[in-house]
Amino acid sequence: MSDVLLSARALARHYPVRLPGGLLGRPATLKAVDGVDFDLARGEVLGLVGESGCGKSTTAKLVLGHVPPSSGEVRFDGAPVPTDRRADWRRLRRRMQMIYQDPLGALDRRLPIVAQIGEPFDIHCPDMPRPERRERAAALMASVGLRPDQAGSYPHELSGGQRQRVVIARALALDPELLVCDEPVSALDVSIQAQVLNLMSDLRDRTGFAALFISHDLKVVRQMADRVVVMYLGRIVEEGLPDQVFHAPLHPYTQALVSAAPTPHRRARNRIVLPGDPPNPVDVPSGCPFHPRCPAAVARCRSEVPSLVRDAGRAVACHLAQSAGGDLSPAPRALKAKVA
Amino acid sequence: MTITTPDPRQGSASVFTAKSRARAFFQKYPILILLSIFWIVLMLAVAGLGHLVAPRDFMAMNLSERLSEPVGMGGTWAYPLGTDELGRDVVSRLIASIRISLTIAFLATLVSATIGVALGFLAAFLRGRAEQTILMVIDAQAAMPFMIIALAVLAFLGNSLTLFTILLGFYGWERIARIARGLAIAAQDQGYAAAVRDLGASPSRIYGLHILPNIASTLLVSMTLNFPEVILLESGLSFLGLGVQPPETSLGAMVGYGRDYIQSAPWIMLAPAAVIVVTTLCVSLLGDWLRDLFDPTLR
Repeated sequence: MSDVLLSARALARHYPVRLPGGLLGRPATLKAVDGVDFDLARGEVLGLVGESGCGKSTTAKLVLGHVPPSSGEVRFDGAPVPTDRRADWRRLRRRMQMIYQDPLGALDRRLPIVAQIGEPFDIHCPDMPRPERRERAAALMASVGLRPDQAGSYPHELSGGQRQRVVIARALALDPELLVCDEPVSALDVSIQAQVLNLMSDLRDRTGFAALFISHDLKVVRQMADRVVVMYLGRIVEEGLPDQVFHAPLHPYTQALVSAAPTPHRRARNRIVLPGDPPNPVDVPSGCPFHPRCPAAVARCRSEVPSLVRDAGRAVACHLAQSAGGDLSPAPRALKAKVA
Repeated sequence: MTITTPDPRQGSASVFTAKSRARAFFQKYPILILLSIFWIVLMLAVAGLGHLVAPRDFMAMNLSERLSEPVGMGGTWAYPLGTDELGRDVVSRLIASIRISLTIAFLATLVSATIGVALGFLAAFLRGRAEQTILMVIDAQAAMPFMIIALAVLAFLGNSLTLFTILLGFYGWERIARIARGLAIAAQDQGYAAAVRDLGASPSRIYGLHILPNIASTLLVSMTLNFPEVILLESGLSFLGLGVQPPETSLGAMVGYGRDYIQSAPWIMLAPAAVIVVTTLCVSLLGDWLRDLFDPTLR
């Protein structure tokens, strides 16, 4: 399919680690991302949700070629993404950009913001005449709602929302086709979050970039994403349209995740409290990685790893949600009680 | 409540009372800093143009005027700072010494900063084996007393002003290299350098345009610490007879040779010693001030 901009196939990133115990510690493998498949069409926004440590950010790094995958591959517009940070990698930055969680950290505190917004032109368009660079930087500032008189300000003089606008303007300077947003609003307070998200939606309507939108905040993902992928312990557990995933979650983990999101209307909500902590990614449980915390786990879940089954735009990796006929149905909530 | 519009001439509306212009000026340029700037400029002027204003040739001897006192100690204006054991004018010798010593110290500090920053950045950029090698060289340099190396080099290769300057340029580079490496590694992990790299910037751009200006303040302070040490090292080597060779003179050589007369004619070594102290102090003060000046978050 030609309109697939980005595709990840069996993408995995493992880190060799040493278990505690100093020199005597046993070497082990931390599976940050373990076999992830997804496609991203041109102009599509794919939301990536999951709790911290589930491999969201590692996935972003793999997509951008910051770290080489241990296995599997990422293809951008049909070609593998280089990971060596040489000229090819640098040239590709014209087409894929990133927005960071901490805008103050992502900006050089010694340069006025207009210089930083115009920096992509300095890097990628050395032939562009200086006045044109200045003009385009000014236009970018206006497009993200920064006042012209703020051009000479330094990052520390701006508010958090304004800084994130600077980062967004810089990322969009060269009209990238793909934007990877790693928790772009989680460092901002709620009212500013809304502003920045609205700005991003507007810019998306105008420029039509595709985005990998990473967040642990379901509301934010729901507002921004065309499609949602839920990750748990380095694997995709569920995928689908935001409304489907958030209204009729199939996977028990997603059910718990959705039930934990506060809503203003449902007062007596049926919150599913998961027992225990997310397991250590060094020591992933056998079978379904979620089974020790799953309220509905059955014997099969302990021994057999569920594969991600796709059906009509949805996908889920859960034995209980996959019926024999291939149809997907929500996993029953309290099977455990029945079994016990 | 009334809404006041901020005065456009001021950066922001402020509850503080407006300062007078003179006070604002002295707040930005404290009096000590102005004095330091003045002294450094004076020294640079002496280094550049001193030979034009020197009252006498610094090598000219006048044996009938040996060890004559300076003005404050009973001497005459013919020799404002007195004469030395060979009847040479201390003022003229001081000017010649400042020229030599400051030139050597500035150039040597520049050389050591260049080597240090280059190797430090290289280590931070390459990591792995290359970094280990560079660190080993740094440790080797730090473990060897520099004076011994300098003695060996000067003894084997002979002495010339150029060689001497380059040799002193190898003094202190390992400290600057360590600082540059540490700061560059920290900066790489900090967002801003990583973010610029993600924009597709080349390593030379990242290091030259982003990391270097950001860590320049620390390097500058380290260089201002290096500068007095180079002057003192030069003095030590000159005193041992391995530095600047007579008839050329330097601040260290003047102190060294004047030491014999410290009780009978202290002015021979007091004048160059005072110049060393004041100059190094001014350089340190200026370095600290520049560090703050370059930091936009402290403005």
